[in-house]
Parts: sequence; structure tokens; C-alpha cells
Amino acid sequence: MEDLQIKERWLDDDEDTYLKEINDVADPKKELMTINMGPQHPSTHGVLRLIVTLRGEEVVKCESDIGYLHTGIEKQAEGKTYNQALTLTDRTDYLNPLINNLGFTLATERLLGITDKIPPKATVARVLLTELQRISSHLVWLGTHAMDLGAQSTFLYGMRDREKILDIFEMVSGVRMMTSYIMPGGLYADLPPGFDVKVAEFIQYFKGRWPEYHSLLTNSELWIERTKGVAAITADQALSWGVTGPMLRACGIAYDIRKVFPYIGYETYDFEVPTAQSGDVYDRFIVRMNEVNQSIRLVEQALNRLPEGEWQVADLKIVPPKKYQIATTMESLIHHFKLYTEGYKPVAGEVYQRVESARGELAYYMVSNGTNKPYRMHIRAPSFANLQSMGPSLDGRANFADIVAAIGSIDIILGEVDR
Amino acid sequence: MTQTLGGTVEPEKSADHPEPTPEAPPSLIDAARFPGVRPSPMRAADGTPTFIVPAANLLEVVSYLRDEGGFRLFEDITAVDWLPKEPRFEMVYHLMAIPAFQPIRLKVQVPGNKPKVPSLTSLFEGANWYEREVFDLFGITFEGHPDLRRIEMPEDWEGHPLRKDYPMTGPRRPNLPANQFRAEGRNGAPQA
Repeated sequence: MEDLQIKERWLDDDEDTYLKEINDVADPKKELMTINMGPQHPSTHGVLRLIVTLRGEEVVKCESDIGYLHTGIEKQAEGKTYNQALTLTDRTDYLNPLINNLGFTLATERLLGITDKIPPKATVARVLLTELQRISSHLVWLGTHAMDLGAQSTFLYGMRDREKILDIFEMVSGVRMMTSYIMPGGLYADLPPGFDVKVAEFIQYFKGRWPEYHSLLTNSELWIERTKGVAAITADQALSWGVTGPMLRACGIAYDIRKVFPYIGYETYDFEVPTAQSGDVYDRFIVRMNEVNQSIRLVEQALNRLPEGEWQVADLKIVPPKKYQIATTMESLIHHFKLYTEGYKPVAGEVYQRVESARGELAYYMVSNGTNKPYRMHIRAPSFANLQSMGPSLDGRANFADIVAAIGSIDIILGEVDR
Repeated sequence: MTQTLGGTVEPEKSADHPEPTPEAPPSLIDAARFPGVRPSPMRAADGTPTFIVPAANLLEVVSYLRDEGGFRLFEDITAVDWLPKEPRFEMVYHLMAIPAFQPIRLKVQVPGNKPKVPSLTSLFEGANWYEREVFDLFGITFEGHPDLRRIEMPEDWEGHPLRKDYPMTGPRRPNLPANQFRAEGRNGAPQA
């Protein structure tokens, strides 16, 4: 009888009696066991610690303990100029650095009031690179998620193809992950010669490979058994928890920042927002798999319209002058010096810039007080809200092994959760 | 270098599009019902309608917005420290109307001495961790929060790092000019 009661328990239940029962571990009749999972555990995707209370295999309570990767990025940004703070944004969501660069960049450009002056080449390249980033992030998610549930080969294939995308990032920015390539005013450098050929080659290759991933998992009976119906949440619960991204779309709400508040010209591209209905681990999987198809479409469209021309705004107060200009003109030398010592000073104001990260709504809330450093930079990290919903979605309704499936389906990045 | 416009991209169009309304339509918050609510004077570069709400009315206003205004998606809670101004802190709330996709920003001004605001956890479950984070990093307490503990910093940490009077270099090592040597050595231990 008691087991049945626990099965029906969900978020609306009386919290006090609930906690009392859980804390009452000393009572041998209750037979509850509390175990610790993480912060060093291969399936927690970083340094997440879970305190799990079990009755046999059944999860009674799953609490997350975070903060093991807190690096004070929001505090550090207050002591850096805008261009220096850009490099911190790579380190928040390290599977998604370009989209984090983009969020920071768009927020700063809003504060500076130069949003409409960005050259078309930079705008199109931003779409192209962030969509490639989304594919690469989803490949890592897919590989690790599947590996946690026992499908090793998916991880190897995912990493193989992600490496090809990282090669493209290395080609444009010189580094694989901490790119800082999208910066206020445009791009850090021009796209290298042969860039479009390399992207076209990759897309051609990847379009052939992508169905293989589907054939590995999508209709696999083992995979469906492990994921269907696990950690399901309803749309109302998701909204109340602040859950966004593929997790919210798996509940049937087509909330995608690229469609709702289009930035960098997303309203001119042809793409769809995949959704599903039941909000469980399998539906999140399906939504992300379909998102990759849309990202491929977006990369192709961006590649077709990639124009020639400048990649930065013409304002030397915001972007550094070219090297040959520094060597030949006095003004450029002064601009260079002023930019790297003092930076620029946006007019006092505030901005909340949303972008669609691979994990959900990523937002940069920036406050300027008219000086050369951001007075406050708050990162609304999608993983933070999504992870918060995980414990309650499992309590009393899941088995121990389902926790691993739930963690994988959230696609958490602890660097972003803890900042 | 020649500049050619290719494709159908129109950056001008995308630039001023993102937020649907440049200023708050009067229907967002009923002024007759909540006379204490006033628009924020700060420049909002994103065009989000922003209101300053008295702390005493916060729960009323937010439950009104959620139930009657359709602001069902909880987005964000954070704070800003305006030292040495008084009221010192400013709580910043972001909500989103679904499916109208209308954003709103609410601010609550909080005094620097024993700062406290009502907790939103009774209205939005997602507020739980966000308020713990603000409590941890700013030292603002939330009345009615079920589980107000530190979340990012260790439990025994002293001070609240995101306050403006908290040194960038740590609680016991005040900020020094960038190129100045520390008399006590790098690790903070006094030299023999």
C-alpha cells in the first residue's frame, strides 16, 4: 500500500510530511537508503552531485547538489572590459562556446546601439557557425547519453563527426573550443579561404552519416524501453520550472527563440521547430534528433547566401584596426591602443538578450553604467533551470537506473550551471 | 575590398525586430489596481517593458500577471548591487507570456540594511534555485522560501561575492593595482 502512495506523489503534495518521511531513515521499517552519486561519476556529465534516497530500486527523492564548478564568471566579468569579458563566455557552456559568444555579443551590440550596422557577411557567418555548433553539441549529447544507457558505438561515431566540425572552428578561429570568434562588432577575423568548400564538404558527408545515428537508436527496442515514459513532465510544470529548449518543446510548446524573437536574421531562413507531446526522455531525444536536421538546412541556406565583403563594423572605437593600418597610420595606432587599454563605453542601460542555445533559452542580462566594464553581467543558463526540474520529475516515479537516463536527456553542462 | 550584398539577408530588419513592442502597452499591468507600480526610468536597450514594483505588492503583481496576464513561463531572477546608492539592491525578474510571447521585466528595490523580499516559490517552482543563488551571492533573504541555503559557494563561505564591496581577489585579500606586488606573498601568508 505504501508503495502505491509514493508512486502517485508529485509536485503538489505536502512537502512537510514528505520530507519527514525521507529524513526518517533511522526507522528500519521504512527501509530507506540514502546514497551519494557524484560529484566524480562518469554518468553525471561533470561535477554534479546527487543525493538519492532509495527504497530498494525505487527513487524516493533525488536532490541535486551543484556548485562544484563555480568559477565566479559573473564576478570576474565586472572587472574586465567588454572585449576581455567575451573570453569568459566561452568557458560557461564549453560545448557551445560560439552560441555563448553570440549571446554576449548581441547584448553588447544592443547596449552600444550598433545592432543594425553589422555587415551581412558577419551576420550570415554567425548563423552558419552557431548552427554547426548546435550540431556538434547535439552530437556530444547523443553520444554521451547513449553511452550512459549502454550504447557505446554511438559515442564513437558522435565524437568522430564532432571532430570534423571542430576542425572547421579551428580553421576560422585557430582553436577548437574556446573560440571567442564572434565578437561585438562582427567577427574576430575574416573567414579563411576555402571555408565554404570545407563546410560544403562536411554537410555533404554528414547528410549521409546522420541516418546512421537514427538506425542505431530511434527504433531500437532496448533504447525505447530505457527512455519511454521516464522523467516525463507536463507543459505546465515545465513552464513553472523555467524549463526551456528541447525539454520544453518535448512537452508540446513550440518556444524557440529563433522563431519567437528572431535575431541575426533567423526570420529570413526557412526552418521548422520540432516538437513532441509527452515530455519524457524519448521525446526529448526525438526533438533533438529532428533539430539536427533543421540545423543542417540552416547551414546549407547560410552557405548559399554567404556574401563577400567586410566582416566587422567600420567603427574603430569598437573593433581593432587591421594590422597593416596600424603600421601605416597614426590614428589606427591610437585606436588600437585605446581599444585594448580602455575599451569602449556603452551608454548606461540594461539589456536582456535571449538566444537559442543547444540546451534552451540562453540569456545575457547586462547592465551598463556608462563605464568601460559591464556593471553587471548575469547569465541565464538554460541548464540551471532544466537541471532543477530533474529531481522532482523523478521523485517517487522512477527506478535508480532512470536517473542516468534523465541526466543525459537534460544535456547539462556544469560549467554553465555553476558559472 | 568590395562590399557586395548577397542573398536575402536584411540585417536592418532583423536588428530592430527582436522584441515585439518598443514600449509597454498599458494593458500589461493595471495601473488602477496597482498604484504603486511605475515604469522603470532606466534605458532598456532591448525594449522590454520594465516596471518597478514595491516589495509589498510583488506577490500580488506576479500572481496577477501569471493568472490573468498569461505570464506562465518563469525565466530569470537576479539582482544588481547599486552601492553606494540607497536602496542598494535591485531584484530583477523576467517573465514571459505564453503563447503571446510577450516579455516583461519587474524590479524590486531592496534596502542595503537587512535586505529581504518575498519569495516567488509559491508561484513559480523554478524560483527556488534562482532565489538561493541570489541569497548566496548577494545576501538577500527571501521570506517564505522553503530551503534557503547557499547553492554555489561552500556552506561555510564568508561574505557574498557579487556584492560590490566584496573584493575581486577574495574575502581577505583586498584589490590591489594590477602591477603591484603583494607584501604578504602570493598565497596570502605573512612572510617571516
